Amino acid sequence: MDLKDLYQEIILDHGKNPRNLGKFENFNKDAKGHNPLCGDKVHVYLKVDENKKISDIKFEGHGCAISMASASIMTELMKGKDQKEVNELIEDFLKMIKDNPELESNLISEDDKTKLMSLSGVKKYPMRVKCATLPWHTLISAMTNKPGEVNTEKED
Amino acid sequence: MNIKDIKKEFPIFDNKVHNNDLVYLDSANSSQKPKVVVDRIYDFYTKEFSNVGRSVHYLAVAATNLYENTRVLVQKYINAKDPNEIVFTKGATEAINLVANTFGQKYLKEGDEILITELEHHSNYVPWHYLRKSKGVKINFADVDENGDISIESIEKKITPKTKILAITHLSNVTGAILPIKEIIQLAHSKNIPVLVDGCQGAPHLKLDMQDLDCDFYAISCHKMYGPTGLGVLYAKKKWLEELPPYQGGGGMIGEVKKEGITFGDLPNKYEAGTMATAQVIAFGESINFINKLGIEKIEEHERELTKYGEEILRKNNSVKLIGSPKNKGSVLSFTLDGVHPHDIATILDEDGVAIRAGHHCCQILHEKLGLAATARASLGVYNTKDDLDQLNSSINKCIKIFNS
Repeated sequence: MDLKDLYQEIILDHGKNPRNLGKFENFNKDAKGHNPLCGDKVHVYLKVDENKKISDIKFEGHGCAISMASASIMTELMKGKDQKEVNELIEDFLKMIKDNPELESNLISEDDKTKLMSLSGVKKYPMRVKCATLPWHTLISAMTNKPGEVNTEKED
Repeated sequence: MNIKDIKKEFPIFDNKVHNNDLVYLDSANSSQKPKVVVDRIYDFYTKEFSNVGRSVHYLAVAATNLYENTRVLVQKYINAKDPNEIVFTKGATEAINLVANTFGQKYLKEGDEILITELEHHSNYVPWHYLRKSKGVKINFADVDENGDISIESIEKKITPKTKILAITHLSNVTGAILPIKEIIQLAHSKNIPVLVDGCQGAPHLKLDMQDLDCDFYAISCHKMYGPTGLGVLYAKKKWLEELPPYQGGGGMIGEVKKEGITFGDLPNKYEAGTMATAQVIAFGESINFINKLGIEKIEEHERELTKYGEEILRKNNSVKLIGSPKNKGSVLSFTLDGVHPHDIATILDEDGVAIRAGHHCCQILHEKLGLAATARASLGVYNTKDDLDQLNSSINKCIKIFNS
């Protein structure tokens, strides 16, 4: 194991200065996520337009560098994506974090893929996988209007 | 056996973690086991195993005697009046659930109040919480002060004519505060309120005397006392064990069972339904022997010295903020680091073989009060050394370097 794989510069940067942190007026979908084992919390706000496109996305929350960076990168990549694309990206990311060596989707640029792959370091740290996946599960919940809070101990 | 080189009695330290020596600083979570305890489990299963308290054959009688010997060892260790005041449970959690359940069932009614504190571990809050629904009782919380301490006055302030029981920790697993429980018990008793003490962190580190403390209930976690998992002890004054109803029903706890009714067994069998954690109980006897050989006073002194040293070096580290500065502090060093989340600290320390805990340590009420979602915690045991704390400090510096470079 190498800490440099986990704490890559991109992660440290996004962890310290998360993009799209905060709340905005006029959001029309939102969901909360919680990891009861460590107390990490995230609240994702979305503005989904009439074409089912995410026109704006922000998040509030607190947590470790991994969960903050994951939420930050996720919100960057999701802006402008429609529901189908959002689903594809989420599925691709979750598969990569669990099993796949690489991202398979062609929806994002190589640079964005590199950015997203910076989170793959958690694969060697099974206890930290949930830190990376919490914002993504919370986004699913917001998109599908699932009632209640996402709880990492109840998700796959 | 000398406390200075006690590490060699613990086989776990023969192993490397990520190619480093193990620096185990998570004893408030669970302690490591000396070889004598591990060996006792193996020997019992390979040479002496039988169920206890039932059959009359040779092995059964021998196993029963071994099992009951531990009860006496525990009784003497905590200076209880009678071995029948010692009930084995599956953990301290079950011990507290046993009291909450049976005491609640027999004595509590709608509008009654239970007093706990903001320092409590979830296991001394959640069991009482059930009584809110089933009995309509109210739970009050004595305030923790800015030092992470609970004063006698803060308890007194929350006692009302409706307070029916006080449940309080002996030693906080987050701030390390050692509560003045003797005085608190005296205060509660002067108002006819029985007291349960959560002794999970007290029993492994402090000399105990149940008769002197005069508490009504004291819950102990054996795996935090260099003993096996799956085992706890409930000390309860005999009058309570006689008055309260049984907790679980099953074999071993009965007097006579007929179609039209059942009578229950004598103490302590009344509270030990089913086959108990026999090997663990017998091995726990070796944990107590181990502690007694070193002397709990010596252990206390060793840990106090180390805690002081740990506080000193961490205070000198400008990025570290120690959580809690109680008047009387046990061997717990909770801290936060500027700009580094506790979970990231724990992962980075782990790479160096330094095992700490990060999170809310099952104390969300306290963390909310502190305004922190999580803290990092180094907690000590008999096997720790100043070198361990130096390694902690240098690994903390590594965190700072990674995050601030």
